[in-house]
Amino acid sequence: MINTREITETIKMIDDQHLDVRTITMGISLLDCIDSDANKACQKIYDKITGYAKDLVKTGEEISRQYGIPIINKRISVTPISLIAGASDAKDYVCFAKTLNKAAIETGVNFIGGFSALVHKGFAKSDEILINSIPEALATTERVCSSVGVATTKAGINMDAVKLMGETVVKTAQLTKDSDSLGCAKLVIFANAVEDNPFMAGAFHGVGEGDAVINVGVSGPGVVKSALEKVKGCDFGTVAETIKKTAFKITRMGQLVAQEASRRLNVPFGIVDLSLAPTPEIGDSVAYILEEMGLEKCGTHGTTAALALLNDAVKKGGVMASSYVGGLSGAFIPVSEDAGMIAAAGCGALTLDKLEAMTCVCSVGLDMIAIPGDTPASTISAIIADEMAIGMINQKTTAVRVVPVIGKGVGETVEFGGLLGYAPIMPVHGYSSQEFVDRGGRIPAPIHSLKN
Amino acid sequence: MRTIITVMGIDRTGIIAKVSDCLYRHGVNIMDINQTIMQDIFTMVMLVDLKGANDSSDEILKDLEKIGKEIGVDIRMQNEEIFNSMHRI
Repeated sequence: MINTREITETIKMIDDQHLDVRTITMGISLLDCIDSDANKACQKIYDKITGYAKDLVKTGEEISRQYGIPIINKRISVTPISLIAGASDAKDYVCFAKTLNKAAIETGVNFIGGFSALVHKGFAKSDEILINSIPEALATTERVCSSVGVATTKAGINMDAVKLMGETVVKTAQLTKDSDSLGCAKLVIFANAVEDNPFMAGAFHGVGEGDAVINVGVSGPGVVKSALEKVKGCDFGTVAETIKKTAFKITRMGQLVAQEASRRLNVPFGIVDLSLAPTPEIGDSVAYILEEMGLEKCGTHGTTAALALLNDAVKKGGVMASSYVGGLSGAFIPVSEDAGMIAAAGCGALTLDKLEAMTCVCSVGLDMIAIPGDTPASTISAIIADEMAIGMINQKTTAVRVVPVIGKGVGETVEFGGLLGYAPIMPVHGYSSQEFVDRGGRIPAPIHSLKN
Repeated sequence: MRTIITVMGIDRTGIIAKVSDCLYRHGVNIMDINQTIMQDIFTMVMLVDLKGANDSSDEILKDLEKIGKEIGVDIRMQNEEIFNSMHRI
C-alpha cells in the first residue's frame, strides 16, 4: 500500500500548492460538416459538437470527484473554421462563431477554440473572410477563441498576414472597448502552430488529427516552487533534478486523468501537454519559481537562463511520465495570469523586451500583455513579426496575445477577471515600424528548414 | 474499485468509530488502516474496496464529508490509482 507520507504529499500539492489538471480539451473534426449552404453547415457543426461533447463536462466532474483532483476547465477545439466555411456561400463567418458559442453554452464548456486560419504561406479566400470576421466574432460571442498561424519554420513569415493581424488586433480592441478590449484576450497569432494544443486561446483541432480526441493540459507551478524551497542554495544540477522529479509526478497525474477521460468518453487519447500554466492566484506563479532560483525580481538579468532551465527540466521530467506528449509543453509566461509577473511588470522589473527574450526559451510567447490603447496597428504588427521570427528561426512555437486597452495608457491597470487576471499596461517602443510593415510579401524560410 | 480515505484534523474521541460506522452502513470493506500523528495533526489512512458497496461513491463521499464537518476533520476519498501513478513507476 502507498504510505502515509506519499498520500499527504499529494494532498498538500492539491490543497496548498494549487496542483490541478488545467484542462480536458476534446478536439472535434468538423471536416464532415462542410456544406455549400452556410446555414446547413452551421447546423451540422452544432449537432456534431453537442453530440460528441454532451458528456464532457459531466465526465470531467466525475473524474475530479473520484480522484480528488481539481479539473479546472473542460473545453473543445475544432477544425480551423476557415477550412470548413470555405465551401459555403457566406460573406462573413460571424454566424459560424455564433454557432460555436451556442454549442459551447449547450455543452457547458467555458471556451471553444478553432475560429482559426492557417496562412503562413498565403491566403485562400476563406482565410481572408475569416480574419476579417474575427473582430465582430469575438465581440459578439463570449466563449469563442480565435487563432491565426502566420509563420512556420518551413514556410517563413507571411508579412501580409502579419500586417493584417496587427490591424485585426486593433479592430478587436475597439469593438470590445467597453470591456477593456477583452476580445483580444481570445485572439492568438502563431508561428509553428501546433495541432493538438489543449490550451486556450490557441487551441484548434488539426487536419492531421482523427475524428475526435482527448488532450489534457496539466499545471502546477506552485508545486515546483514549493519543491525548490527545499533546495535553497544548492547548485543548478540539484535545481534541475528537483524540477524533473516534480514534473514527473504532475504529468503522471495528467496522464491518468487523460486515459480515464478517454475511456469514459470513448474518445481516443491524444496527448498530455506538460505545461506549467500559472493562474493569478498567489502561489500559482511561474515568475515565483524563477525568483525562488535566486532572482530578486522576475525580469532582472538571469531570468532568461532561469526560464531556460525550468522549461527544459519540465520537459525532461514530464516526457517519461506520459506515453504521448504534445501540445505546447513547457512553461507559460502570460503576464496577466501570473501574480509574480504582474508584480514584476508593475514595479518595472519586467519589460516587453525582456519578455521577448524569455520567449526564446519558454514554450510559447508574448502572452496576455496589456499595452496602451493608442498603440498603432503597425507597431503591433512589428511586435508580431519579431515574435514570429523567434519561432521561425528557433523551430519552436511562438505566439502573440497582446491587448491594446482602448482608453488606457502606461501606469494604468486593466482587469480581465477570472483566470485571465489583471495587468499593468506596459509601454511599447515609440519609434515607428510603419514602413517596415508596409513592405508586405513573405520573409523566406531559414536555411535550416531545408532538411530533406 | 480500491480507494484511499484520508482523515486529517485535531485528534478527538470517536473519529475512527464514526468513519468506520459510516463505511459499514454503506457496505464498504476496509482492507487496511493506518493511523499516525504527523506534525500534531491526526492522520488516518484507510484502504477500502467499493466493489461490494450498497451505494455510489458520490453518496458515500457526501456522507463522509458530512461526518467530517460534524467532528471537525477533513475527510477525502480518492481512487488509489492517483497515488500509484504519482509515486510508483
